[in-house]
Amino acid sequence: MATGSRKPPLQFSLRLRRALGGRAGWGGLVLQVLFVAILAWVGYEIVANAKGNLEAQNTAFGLGFMSNTAGFEVSQTLIPYSQTDSYTRVFLVGLVNTLAVAAVGIFFATVIGFMVALGRLSPNWLISRIAGGYVELVRNLPLLFQILFWYLAVLRMLPNPKQSVSVLDGIFLSNRGLAIPKPIGQEGSTAFAVAIAVAIIGCMVLRSLSRRSLFRTGRALVVWPYALGLLIALPAASIVVFGIPFTFETPVLEGFNFSGGARLIPEFVALAIALSTYTAAFIAEVVRAGILSVHKGQMEAGAALGLSRGSTLRLIVVPQAMRVILPPLTNQYLNLTKNSSLAVAIGYPELFSVFAGTTLSQTGQAIEILAITMGVYLLISLVTSGIMSIYSRRVARSVGA
Amino acid sequence: MKCVFTAIFAIVAGISLQSASAQEQESAKPKTTLEAVKARGALSCGVTQGLPGFSAPDDKGNWTGLDVDICRAIAAVVFNDPDKVKFVPLSAKDRFIALQSGEIDVLSRDTTWTLSRDTSLGANFTGVTYYDGQGFLIRKSLKVNSALELNSASVCVQTGTTNEQNLADYFKSNKMKYEVIAFSTADETIKAYESGRCDVFTSDISQLYAQRLKLLNPADHAVLPEVISKEPHATMVRHGDDQWFDLVKWTLFAMINAEELGITRKNVDEMAKSGNPELKRIFGTDGNFGEQLGVSKDWVSRIIKAVGNYGESFDRNVGAGSPLGIARGLNKLWNQGGIMYAPPIR
Repeated sequence: MATGSRKPPLQFSLRLRRALGGRAGWGGLVLQVLFVAILAWVGYEIVANAKGNLEAQNTAFGLGFMSNTAGFEVSQTLIPYSQTDSYTRVFLVGLVNTLAVAAVGIFFATVIGFMVALGRLSPNWLISRIAGGYVELVRNLPLLFQILFWYLAVLRMLPNPKQSVSVLDGIFLSNRGLAIPKPIGQEGSTAFAVAIAVAIIGCMVLRSLSRRSLFRTGRALVVWPYALGLLIALPAASIVVFGIPFTFETPVLEGFNFSGGARLIPEFVALAIALSTYTAAFIAEVVRAGILSVHKGQMEAGAALGLSRGSTLRLIVVPQAMRVILPPLTNQYLNLTKNSSLAVAIGYPELFSVFAGTTLSQTGQAIEILAITMGVYLLISLVTSGIMSIYSRRVARSVGA
Repeated sequence: MKCVFTAIFAIVAGISLQSASAQEQESAKPKTTLEAVKARGALSCGVTQGLPGFSAPDDKGNWTGLDVDICRAIAAVVFNDPDKVKFVPLSAKDRFIALQSGEIDVLSRDTTWTLSRDTSLGANFTGVTYYDGQGFLIRKSLKVNSALELNSASVCVQTGTTNEQNLADYFKSNKMKYEVIAFSTADETIKAYESGRCDVFTSDISQLYAQRLKLLNPADHAVLPEVISKEPHATMVRHGDDQWFDLVKWTLFAMINAEELGITRKNVDEMAKSGNPELKRIFGTDGNFGEQLGVSKDWVSRIIKAVGNYGESFDRNVGAGSPLGIARGLNKLWNQGGIMYAPPIR
């Protein structure tokens, strides 16, 4: 009777109280409102203060400066740029340079990181000690120091352009970087590209055929001779039919430097090496932790099936470890991208150097430029982690977790 | 319990924020730079991170140089003590932000006076302390005698300087190709030049002489004869305080006028007793020029006792009496063949 006469609680108000105030109820809600109000007030003070100071200094605020002529050169431009272009163009040049070094760095850091991790777990005493030593040495030295080390060490070792090391009279290594022949597209280039694409698609079809046969009959078809034939025959046929796809423009020493051809500047090389080796040390630990998180019974099961150690790792252990590896791996990718801004010390023209550096000091528009730069790094990081979380969802699904 | 803690935290935070805003309101009263400097007890002066002759710490950690002397002269005017200066070393890139944000009162850091800097940075140039021009430093072994032979060269330059743009203009107008490698500090730039990454190092000529001293074998490197730009180095102050602007401006003018009238560190006391009307005005025995600037009557003799006249400071820091040994050239007084000229004190 007593329970029957008790009023049921007001569902709506209870839920609202829970949603807004959490466990602390209405008291928590008051605190939250208070906290938000304080935050808003602090934010307002910051904006008002900045605005007042800018007005007091007569500094023009706005993005109008972006269309002004930059008037300075940049040493590495992956998109066309000249000194008569605008600051917007400078921004894009810097952004592309940042993305280029980040992409190259992420690729090599991942490859080296996985190799070092597998090396560290190897039953071979020497290999595992070498890999362990690498990790401990590289991750315990400051990154800026390593960048300067690679830059100055690489530079000091290399000869000047006149005494450059040359391979086949087409590739030159000197302290101006690595000069290589540049392919210049001719008439047959489109057909050549199509031929290669068709050959690659053909190889993928062959591979899936082979897999299907493995699942159905238990025996893999031997397809590699056909794949190789495809990769050689199709492009060769396109050359015969449509003519030479491209000619090479070789670099020539002219005056102080190489002209013609393509060139990899030493700043880029030093930065890419430093970033990828440094991040690789952390990735190695992440991967090692991931592999160790897989029960060792899996490894033994693989061995019991007669799989080699490599196959067991590749087919059984690593796919399961990926679930553990991916989130911290994403962190390392983000770190690498952000660390690329240290390039300002060695004169690699990435976003931070040409935009938040040169452009800032030429225009004096500190607030706008820093806000844009911050926004761009944020965007790059969000896109990277977005891609990684899509990938990790796929991995989780395929492992069946 | 948790809730109580949060409440206490919120109250404490609220109180501290309130008191902060109260302080802010107090300081929001317009306070002049001169008052702020006096209240702080020291002048905050932006200088280079070490450019011999202009601003660099010596082996005892004392800052010396031509730009440093300007700071010391201002401190002498305000405090009658040239050592009441806090030197803030700044890279070329950060210098304007430090001035804009109020971290420094004066920027005395071989900064070239240009229209865009004068108008867009929220700051003003007070006067030219050194007339310079941009040049090139190159290895003698390359056997280059003119900047016009530099086609296809790699050039090291410090980023955030006018040098970067002058360089682009010069090579473009002479239809030469080049590769530029820009570093954020002067030290990194000269190191890259020394390691052979670049054929040439470009900067203001005074800097080339100063940086050359840092190289392993200074005699192996030469400055090319071409001067490709005008680089008038000037002192800078923030917008919005005309009294401070006048004070900094006239500190330099007083040093130049003193040289013109032959007032030196040695004879300043004798000269102060002179009956010459021009000297009487300068030393404050006639008129109230110091008070018009907001400082004491003897402001000029304070400057001269602290750092000497312009010529003395020049010789001691960058000229014949220094390791740099730069000729006075354009920086001679106007009546001696140069263009250094100051409006009269009257």
